[in-house]
Amino acid sequence: MTDGAANPATSATARTAGTTPLVEMRKINVAFGGVHAVRNVSLDLHAGEVVGLVGGNGAGKSTLTKVLSGAQRSDSGQILINGTAVDIGNPRDAKAQGIECIYQTLALADNLDAPANLFLGRELTTRIGNLDDDQMEDATRKVMGRLNPNFKRFTTPVVSLSGGQRQAVAIARAVYFNAKILIMDEPTAALGPAETAQVRNLVRQLKEDGIGILLISHDIHDVYDLADRVSVMYHGEIVDTVNKHDVSTDDILGMIILGKKPGEVTAKDREELELRA
Amino acid sequence: MTDVAGTTDVAGTTDVAGTTDGAGKLPAPEGRPSIGDLIRATEIDLRLFGMVLALVVIWVGLGWANPVILQPVNFLTFSVQAASTAVLATGMVLVIVSRNIDLSVGSVVGLIGMGYAVFMADIVPTTIGLSNPVGWIIALALGVLFGALIGAFQGFLIAYAEIPSFVVTLGGLLGFRGLIWQFSGGTTVAPNLPTFNLLGGGPEGSLGGIWAWLLGALLSAAAVLLLINARRTRRKYGFPLRPMWAEAAIAAVSVGTILAGVFVSNSYHWPPGLATQYAVAHGITEPPGGLQIEAGIPIPLLIVIAVTIAMTFLTTRRRFGRNVFAYGGNPVAAELAGINTRWVVMRTFILMGILCAISAAIASARLNGGTLDLGQGYELYVIAAAVIGGTSFAGGIGTIPGAILGALVMQSLQYGLGFLGFNSPQVNMVAAVVLVAVVGIDQWNRRRSR
Repeated sequence: MTDGAANPATSATARTAGTTPLVEMRKINVAFGGVHAVRNVSLDLHAGEVVGLVGGNGAGKSTLTKVLSGAQRSDSGQILINGTAVDIGNPRDAKAQGIECIYQTLALADNLDAPANLFLGRELTTRIGNLDDDQMEDATRKVMGRLNPNFKRFTTPVVSLSGGQRQAVAIARAVYFNAKILIMDEPTAALGPAETAQVRNLVRQLKEDGIGILLISHDIHDVYDLADRVSVMYHGEIVDTVNKHDVSTDDILGMIILGKKPGEVTAKDREELELRA
Repeated sequence: MTDVAGTTDVAGTTDVAGTTDGAGKLPAPEGRPSIGDLIRATEIDLRLFGMVLALVVIWVGLGWANPVILQPVNFLTFSVQAASTAVLATGMVLVIVSRNIDLSVGSVVGLIGMGYAVFMADIVPTTIGLSNPVGWIIALALGVLFGALIGAFQGFLIAYAEIPSFVVTLGGLLGFRGLIWQFSGGTTVAPNLPTFNLLGGGPEGSLGGIWAWLLGALLSAAAVLLLINARRTRRKYGFPLRPMWAEAAIAAVSVGTILAGVFVSNSYHWPPGLATQYAVAHGITEPPGGLQIEAGIPIPLLIVIAVTIAMTFLTTRRRFGRNVFAYGGNPVAAELAGINTRWVVMRTFILMGILCAISAAIASARLNGGTLDLGQGYELYVIAAAVIGGTSFAGGIGTIPGAILGALVMQSLQYGLGFLGFNSPQVNMVAAVVLVAVVGIDQWNRRRSR
């Protein structure tokens, strides 16, 4: 990915300034009882861009993405898609905006086959409302043929597929429905090295197609490899959003663990970091 | 794209590993194909195949113990007795697939059955009159409406108020049974309208020889047409096809089963007394040896066939059925996919309520009235039938034909062992062993094939 090298941007925002972001989340707040899970978070995502969202457990990453995917309502704040404010109250609203989500826990129904999963909740029907399984299988074969040409098992329940194949089915869903915005929540957490490489290739492919991708991952290397910009969350707030070429993985780690920007880190903090490492 | 293709090799190797259900696999290419390979080529569900075999074994065993049981009349009586629970089992499949349970079906059947009797014995004579030909239709329609309302009530408490289905329907089991007593004044209510009682079968409540053959021909033609049509669309899309001999075998077995069923039902002739009455009433002179009237398929069995077809269609060809299975397989995934999961769950209970009304019609028609204990204990047989038929309590797995076969297995043991002179507690013990053993073997099979 030579993206960063071609555009030697000095600040994370400068590189993309001028164009309307695909997604703008403004001052999002979510509280569960007394716990402020997401506090005044603002985040931009542009077309053809991968933004990595990192942070420790309970930093608010998943909650924030749930707000965008319609699985969680925010208490306050605004979401703009292509500059227009939208109301996303449930997963259907999000899908209508071209937002697709690939979840950590693989939101597949294990008992159903690949076509049924691809069209879950959006089944194709014939004129009289019967399921058109043949058409769904045909479409699935076409999409999967692009993503994973070796895939042949279109009529077996996905429970018997490998992790990589299942992830491919989940991604195929986003591709088929022309996702403009893709949220990937720990897409490689459950995968082996070869399958991880496969998913990374898919992400690059989707990026080249102009899809905006919000990538949540524990794996700093995943993020560093794929993302253009990285947003770090700490205790529900965004510490900073940085261009990945301006910082090292250690800087990012420091932000994740200490919740401070690289410049704010003191000698004492460094000692603590050493200890934790 | 090229490196994507390169890396997929690793994922592709696992293709050999998972050999769960036989669907979608071709026979092993080398050597002489085993029987298992041949069956797999037909893409038939091996569980269903096993259950049909079990059923055959049961009846061969019963026939070996006492050949009299193999007379057509016994098959007809048996099928009519199985009808009430078989109808309910189809609905229980969807309820269990969506990770719920319905313990109230027996009491709901009893309540609606009593409702039918009260309507026909107490209300019809003073309102629309006993001779009104649509009286039975009004009764049935009211019953179905009532059943749907009960189902909606319980389904609402489960899906929207989030009270566990076990608790809600346990309440239903107790409460609706109590309501039957309140409703009837603690007595049996009778009689039903004679036309309504045809729903319970018997010589008059059967299709008759000619209609039975016509229906058999119609069903056979439909089965063959469905097979041809399915093959044609798969070819149109260029999907893998079953071998031709497998298609032919499936067609032959389907048509053979249908026609054999019609043949057996037509082999039973009306009892001489009833035939004579019929001859006198219709001014027919009885031939020597008495008038021979073929009974044909009993109406309750006809209802079971219709319900099976309708429910199979609903589960496999409609969005509702697909959503039920999606919810059962992964409730979170279904929710995130934008499926209105609460409404899906509520609808499974509404459907169950409607099926209770149909089941109640068959059961109360056979009794010619409503009794206080009508439907008592049904819930256990129905749940057992669904589970024997392969429905998994873990959710997401189950088939309608499986449940029907499960109901037939349960009823075969009941009827057959009763016929052989075992008393009811003994029959229950055998049924218990079969239930646990079947599910145990199934679990073992699934673990092994994983």
